[in-house]
Amino acid sequence: MKISDRLISLFQTIGLTPLMPVVRLCVGEDPREQLAQLGRMIGLPLLGFGLFLVAWAVTAANVKTSIGTVPGPVQVWQQAVGLVREHQAERQREREFYARQIELKARYEKAFPGKVWQPRRYSGAPTYLDQIETSLETVFAGFVLASLIAVPVGILCGLSRNFYNAVNPFVQIFRPVSPLAWLPIVMIMVSALYTPKNPWLAKSFVSSAITVALCSLWPTLINTAIGVGAIDSDHINVARVLRLPWGVRLRKIVLPTALPYIFTGLRLSLGVGWMVLIAAEMLAQNPGLGKFVWDMFQNGSSQTLALIMVAVFTIGIIGFALDRLMLVLQQLVSYDRAAMR
Amino acid sequence: MSANAFTSLQRCSARLFVGVALIFFGVRLAAQAGPLAVEKPQLKFGFIKLTDCAPLVIAKENGYFDDEFLSVTLEAQANWKILLDRVINGELDGAHMLAGQPIGATIGIGTRAKIITSFSMDLNGNGITVSNAIWKEMQSLNPALEGPHPPHPIKADALKPIVDRYKAAGTPMRMGMVFPVSTHNYYLRYWLAAGGISPGFYTGGDTTGTTNADVLLSVTPPPQMPATLEQGTIQGYCVGEPWNQQAVFKGIGVPVITDYEIWKNNPEKVFGVTEEWAKKYPNTYLAVLKALIRAAIWLDASPENRRKAVEILSRPEYVGADAAVIANSMTGTFEYAKGDKRAMPDFNVFFRYHATYPYYSDCIWFLTQMRRWGQISGDKPDRWYIDVAKQVYRPDLYRQAARLLVAEGKMNPKDLPDTDGFKPADDNFIDGVTYDGRHPNSYLQEFKIGLK
Repeated sequence: MKISDRLISLFQTIGLTPLMPVVRLCVGEDPREQLAQLGRMIGLPLLGFGLFLVAWAVTAANVKTSIGTVPGPVQVWQQAVGLVREHQAERQREREFYARQIELKARYEKAFPGKVWQPRRYSGAPTYLDQIETSLETVFAGFVLASLIAVPVGILCGLSRNFYNAVNPFVQIFRPVSPLAWLPIVMIMVSALYTPKNPWLAKSFVSSAITVALCSLWPTLINTAIGVGAIDSDHINVARVLRLPWGVRLRKIVLPTALPYIFTGLRLSLGVGWMVLIAAEMLAQNPGLGKFVWDMFQNGSSQTLALIMVAVFTIGIIGFALDRLMLVLQQLVSYDRAAMR
Repeated sequence: MSANAFTSLQRCSARLFVGVALIFFGVRLAAQAGPLAVEKPQLKFGFIKLTDCAPLVIAKENGYFDDEFLSVTLEAQANWKILLDRVINGELDGAHMLAGQPIGATIGIGTRAKIITSFSMDLNGNGITVSNAIWKEMQSLNPALEGPHPPHPIKADALKPIVDRYKAAGTPMRMGMVFPVSTHNYYLRYWLAAGGISPGFYTGGDTTGTTNADVLLSVTPPPQMPATLEQGTIQGYCVGEPWNQQAVFKGIGVPVITDYEIWKNNPEKVFGVTEEWAKKYPNTYLAVLKALIRAAIWLDASPENRRKAVEILSRPEYVGADAAVIANSMTGTFEYAKGDKRAMPDFNVFFRYHATYPYYSDCIWFLTQMRRWGQISGDKPDRWYIDVAKQVYRPDLYRQAARLLVAEGKMNPKDLPDTDGFKPADDNFIDGVTYDGRHPNSYLQEFKIGLK
């Protein structure tokens, strides 16, 4: 296989299809056709985005709200830069705090001879980048939890008609429930049941993650059930004839067929989980991007709108990146790549 | 800009550090005072985005917590309910609370948990705002209110005909307050009732407090008040600063009265912790109280300090509103209708008039209002009121902390009041009724509207 073909297939797998014509162009493969391709795949999206920015910049200045005019792309970009600077400044303060600890420790030991100094942790406010990190951790925790439940239950549903019939009503009733309805229940239950002496995970983290899990397990569950149900009956009959043990049957027949479906479900689940998380953080005031949006809304200052727009773009870009990530995994396990796009 | 301010603050607190350290060791020899051996150095306190969270913010930013070897995280909360629940379940070590919250929790209104306070965070600081449309109507009905500088205080009598009209039309007027046991609920009710308007009663089956109401009161978190008013969900509200001044800046409403005019130097927020927490970490609690008292002293020490406080509070992680909005009420003025800015030096009091001292009589006043509006069902003897006050308000701990500060030379001994916990009888109310905390039941007899 030529190196260019390998690159092309790599780009295809990781979803960077717009780069394929670039590779073809480099090896001199039909330049005119490749340039046209390039125009369609990179030029048009850029043009669309450019037009959007211009339209935004022009209209924003004309919309007056009670907290000032709607910010344009430039102001939003400035706020984004400001948030990153603030993050750096906060890290600097943190370093200074830890540098000061030595002095604090000396003072403490002088005041309380014989007492052991416990190091103090820095107690500054979480920055925007910290909030992004918290959100990502929470969504992955919830997503993993959901997958651990949804895949086995989905496989059981697909294998046994009776099990499916028993579980189906719950799935149908709970699937459409909004995270905002689950959240109060989850918060109260977590407060009551999660009471370790030295909590390794914060309560707020646990309740957000469980809410994400509750809302995001359905697509995986349903897709898994469909995937397992779609196994060719011939294959199952062959397995019966060969008297394959249960574990082998699962590994050799059920999973290979159902895997593409499962990954489609997982991809949908992660998307739902990400949307749910922001809402859950907003309502429960659990740390993360949702809390950032709500705090900024409550501030009602002249920067509020621009800061919230930064958050909107961040949420969108991260959601997009997560989706791409799942797409890559999905493509890696699927036989028929073209069909899964 | 904020980075610069921070470094200068840091430099200043570094200097303070050295100075304090010197004082510590000097005084320790003489008076055995100094930092306490804190049991729990890592603390997290909750607050609501209001200017009166200032003592907590200043204690942190000025390094007063550091001086006590405490590392404190301050976290904004969405509303008073979440804040209270988090203190009860231990996610927060303590919080900026409505004065009614420790009392309500202790006697079981809404939730039940023993919460105590040994530190009042401020006096006054609230206002009642009505929407532009209501204000216009009030002006057209009362020619005295026309013009750019109408006479204040404005009584609810001026609002009554409009309330009646709304009620006759079948859509009663709606007003917002921040929590069922909030000071705002009680001051708003007090003002309405003084003008002959019934704000409604809480009964066994009605926990929304709208039975027999002329005006329907409902709960909205403070920072959302302006947005809710703007949406037209409510026609007015009672809330703390900066959310009245925010309405003026946004041009969506007009403050008609401040709580200072409803009851001169009324008690406002408190710093609350669970009784269990205070027992488990006694030294930590005293150290926190020391830092808070120092912050309050600093806040009232000079107009210059207030201006610094405004800058700190306007940072997004604290109150986050624009500095100009916060400054409007924090620096000795209050703006009613746009342009009608008046001197009001006592609008925000953090330390003067013994503002931080937890008086039993303040607690009992809130209890009388809870009874007046039916949150406390049934008659209670005077003795009961005093017993509850002694459970919830703990001036003994305040005195301990204050004495330590006096010994360290950080507090003037004159600022520690000589009192049995009851303020003298007070008639500085908008309706002229006299309040004496020793006789809550006879006080309740004085009101035309309200349970006795």
